[in-house]
Amino acid sequence: MTARSTQNKRKRFDPVLLLVLLLIVFLTGLLVQVILATDYLGSGLGDDVARFQDLSGVESPVTAVLLNFRGYDTLLEVMVLLMAVVGVWSLTRAPFPKKPIEPGPIQLAVVRLLAPLMVLFSFYLVWQGSHLAGGAFQGGAVLGGACVLMLVSELPWLKNISSRFLRIGLLSGPLVFLGVAILCIVLQGTLLDYPQEWVGTLLLLIETACAVSIGLTLACLFAGGRPKDDLSGGRKR
Amino acid sequence: MITNMLYSLGGLLLFIMGLFALIACSHPLRKILAVNVMATGVFLILIATAYKQAGAGEIDPVPHAMVLTGIVVSVSVTALALILACRVQETSNRSLSQQRKNDFTGAGE
Repeated sequence: MTARSTQNKRKRFDPVLLLVLLLIVFLTGLLVQVILATDYLGSGLGDDVARFQDLSGVESPVTAVLLNFRGYDTLLEVMVLLMAVVGVWSLTRAPFPKKPIEPGPIQLAVVRLLAPLMVLFSFYLVWQGSHLAGGAFQGGAVLGGACVLMLVSELPWLKNISSRFLRIGLLSGPLVFLGVAILCIVLQGTLLDYPQEWVGTLLLLIETACAVSIGLTLACLFAGGRPKDDLSGGRKR
Repeated sequence: MITNMLYSLGGLLLFIMGLFALIACSHPLRKILAVNVMATGVFLILIATAYKQAGAGEIDPVPHAMVLTGIVVSVSVTALALILACRVQETSNRSLSQQRKNDFTGAGE
């Protein structure tokens, strides 16, 4: 690692690095062959999804795949998000400044104007997910953006939010999803096999809860730690 | 057809660049960025596979759904990795500036 060529000023030629470079060039060649051999003209799973679209309870194919056909996958991914927040919260406390910073008047006005609009738009996206592009993940991302906007403008009440409300919000998506999945076991006998007459309502319920929880997850990850009153008896950061 | 292939090759390029940086750089922040670049390459390949020209039949929504969830998961993974990197910096005796000298790219010199 410390070996360096004598007159080369630009870069050290490390034998290990050279080996890595060779291996990566080799891998690139293999992957290019894979891409050249891929059949892009086949319809993949598009026809299959279109055939069972009517059974899914929603009109948008992406939402149908996300929450109905591959619902198990999405359930686990929502759990992954929850685990990420648990990991971040258990590591550090959110680094809010000790002394509150007064945000400028223009910033405050913009945040006051934008944040409610973004929250409204996020739920509109969730609602739109049943027939057009949109859904829990897009709505959650916009909701998270609204929360981040409030976080960066250091609104003074934000750091006093009780961790109980945050926990309820973070858990709402996974819990509702899991509850519906268990309800499906009770009613139908199979996990995530939605009863046909309520499927649209159930999907919208799951999407709304997941959007809230995804938005809060993103905001909590941005805040970078647990809130002030969470585990306050624990080790100081 | 040619569009799919071009975008796929672009995604492959991103993936390879990220992979090389992941191996060659020792700084945690660079590793995190490299993983993100790799993930972006994979998303690009997935989306390029699903792309259909107008009127060429049904689109394949499965890769779209996978990318949609993948983006949010990759954001949360990045956040967790950043927090872990901060903890490593706080708790380790070696400072990160010292580590940078061992970086293969030699950018820290």
